[in-house]
Amino acid sequence: MDRRESLKTMLIGALGTGALLNGCVPGKENPKKLQDIYDFSSYGRTEEEKQRDADVFADNFFTDHQLETVAVMCDLILPATDTAGSASDAHVPAFIDFMVKDAPSWQDDFEIGLRWLDGYSKQKFGYDFVLLTHDQQMVIIEEIAYPDKATEVTQPGVDFYREIRNITLTGYYTTQMGFDDLGYVGNRPNVWDGVPDEVLKEHGLEYEPEWLAKCVDQSKREVTAEWDEDGNLIS
Amino acid sequence: MEIIKSRKEYDAVIVGSGAGGGMSAKILAEQGLNVAIIEAGPFFDPAQDQYRTQLRPPWESPRRGYGSTRAFGDYDAAYGGWDIDGEPYTQADGTNFGWFRSRMLGGRTNHWGRISLRFGPLDFKRKDWDGLGDNWPISYEDVKPYYDRVDKMIGVFGSKEGIFNEPDGFFLPPPKPRLHELYYIKGARKAGIPVIPSRLSILTKRLNNDRGVCFYCNQCNRACQIYADFSAGTCLIFPAQKSTGRVDLYVNSMAKEVVTDGDGKATGVSYINKEDGSEQEIKGKVIVLGASACSTARILLNSKSSVHPDGLGNSSGMIGRYLHDSTGTGAAALVPELMDRTMYNEDGVGGLHVYTPWWLNEAKLDFPRGYHLEIWGGMGMPSYGIGFDTTNLNSHFNDTVGGYGDKLRKDVKRFFGSVMGIAMRGESVPQYNNYCELDPEVKDQWGIPVLKFNYQWTDYERLQAKHAHDTIESIFDAMGAIKLGNKPGADSDYGLMNPGVIIHEVGTTRMGDDPATSVTNKFNQLHDAENVFVVDAGVFVSQADKNPTWTILALSIRASEYIVDQLKKQNI
Repeated sequence: MDRRESLKTMLIGALGTGALLNGCVPGKENPKKLQDIYDFSSYGRTEEEKQRDADVFADNFFTDHQLETVAVMCDLILPATDTAGSASDAHVPAFIDFMVKDAPSWQDDFEIGLRWLDGYSKQKFGYDFVLLTHDQQMVIIEEIAYPDKATEVTQPGVDFYREIRNITLTGYYTTQMGFDDLGYVGNRPNVWDGVPDEVLKEHGLEYEPEWLAKCVDQSKREVTAEWDEDGNLIS
Repeated sequence: MEIIKSRKEYDAVIVGSGAGGGMSAKILAEQGLNVAIIEAGPFFDPAQDQYRTQLRPPWESPRRGYGSTRAFGDYDAAYGGWDIDGEPYTQADGTNFGWFRSRMLGGRTNHWGRISLRFGPLDFKRKDWDGLGDNWPISYEDVKPYYDRVDKMIGVFGSKEGIFNEPDGFFLPPPKPRLHELYYIKGARKAGIPVIPSRLSILTKRLNNDRGVCFYCNQCNRACQIYADFSAGTCLIFPAQKSTGRVDLYVNSMAKEVVTDGDGKATGVSYINKEDGSEQEIKGKVIVLGASACSTARILLNSKSSVHPDGLGNSSGMIGRYLHDSTGTGAAALVPELMDRTMYNEDGVGGLHVYTPWWLNEAKLDFPRGYHLEIWGGMGMPSYGIGFDTTNLNSHFNDTVGGYGDKLRKDVKRFFGSVMGIAMRGESVPQYNNYCELDPEVKDQWGIPVLKFNYQWTDYERLQAKHAHDTIESIFDAMGAIKLGNKPGADSDYGLMNPGVIIHEVGTTRMGDDPATSVTNKFNQLHDAENVFVVDAGVFVSQADKNPTWTILALSIRASEYIVDQLKKQNI
């Protein structure tokens, strides 16, 4: 059994009737606000932008129940793997909670989508989505995660899934955890000197000598530029 | 309202701190003039951490770089955008013009792509070539010495290619192409279309001791903390302040009008102090307007007096006329060879490493003027939008769209860095009937009348966009790339973007020898007021397919030295 499986089993095991009666999901305490997780005190804002941020931070959109549902959905969309954390490990629910306030065009999608999700869950299994067992939740996810499988009945769910999937992926891959999962290694000072040789080989490409002759000689980057009268670089 | 007048009289009052104003401040201060710069926005210096957005990972922005307040996203250095609270503009029926403004020290030079192309010999004399529009009153030979100086003063990388209408300069060496750019080179050549190293004002090599050398973060649009790319604040105004001590900055000061005396001679500039709403006035012997083509037109039109009843410099009725922007359209494609990529740092400089200059000057086409092609793509830093419908790309391979968990993680990795695009930027034909004017009713939050735009593209531009899409398609086909999205047709003007979207709007105070058909003379001096000069792109007679900044800078040096000369001769 891999780690993911064992985590899943533990979760199902822990999900007793008490949890159902209390209407909360273990390990899914209300996520903290995004501004409590990250430091946004200095990222190059103007005075007006700082004020706007403060207003958005102070605002609320989701009810506790909605946010809880979002958190459960996020982790069904991106559960942990052997090497990478889950969406909530990357604080995606808090990110979504912020984005729906910052970009209100998301609000209708979430209002309508979450309402549909609970309605469909009740119709199918008798409870709101967060109160379903993992297996029951996955039955619904399987029905709405693939646009080709949409039916007249599930179409609103498919539409909502697309939205929450999109913002979950963005919320995840714009964190250090997402960078690591993707293998992204940019955004750091360096002296770029072309595509690595092994990558060129992999693609059957090479730099042409004539083109290369025009390009920067990085060993001379700190030598102050000088030209002759015809514009030829001589340093 | 009481107008607070400063007691100090400057030799020159400059409105605007972008490319034109910044360069003028540097030249004039170095020649010994005391200079005031009036800037509508706040101070900005990317070297100070409070302003810095460069090298910040996406999670330092709560919206991961989404553009809630800045048109190009949270981390773009340019404050403002096409819509600014309290500063509206209006449109005539059927017009859809976008006016991008950046209120801050350095203006829009904090944002632009640093593509720094000289206009060529044909670009100053297009009427001679195709019979349309008007020639400039000056030629490439007149401007060449100033382009040379801009190259050496500010730095631009590129390569000597010997192409007649794409003049070479004093170049720093260009960076090597990225992987998708190598595929582009192959495809373009196969399609018979030339490719050369791009020409950007980024320091790939040390230029002087005031500025650092590029560390390849791909983020020039965020403004460089070591000043390795060009912006007017970091490369012109700060050095001028440091070396001369003769440049005073008035930030958060919204210019309202040029003040004239009873004889119609300019004596200063009135402005709104945005911090307390008061109206103030600064006196100057010479007034230099570098507020941007449309802002300068607005200031002049608002500068009405008994001597200048239609606005200062507007006896010809030409202010605002011949407003034109570059044409723009583009397309994206998926390159199958770039799927499931080996990961490495491919940031490079902030922009393209290769581009296609216009190559069909001699061809018989169904439209005039030309365009160049800009290339984008690569393994850029994930930001807001990553993962949006990425899974849909599977449909091109009959693979499953949608899903969850490992499937989605695989999709993101499979397609990361696999999509590239080609953007066309072209030359439009200036039209008398495309113009901005004062709206007779609407005022901004300070009570200053706002601009109203009148602008329609013609078939010249539409057919150019059509040709560009054919070209782009031929390149993608030659690359074996999968084009994304439908090819736009006549019903959507062949994908031609609305005027103003490319942010190269020029021509509102065009230069010319005849005071009846132009606003300034060939030294950027108003025909109607000899101590008022325009140093922004308002003076352009025609906007080539080249980005305007390098020409603004060259002409600003030329005009500023003319000012000094005229002051010495006591002509002004």
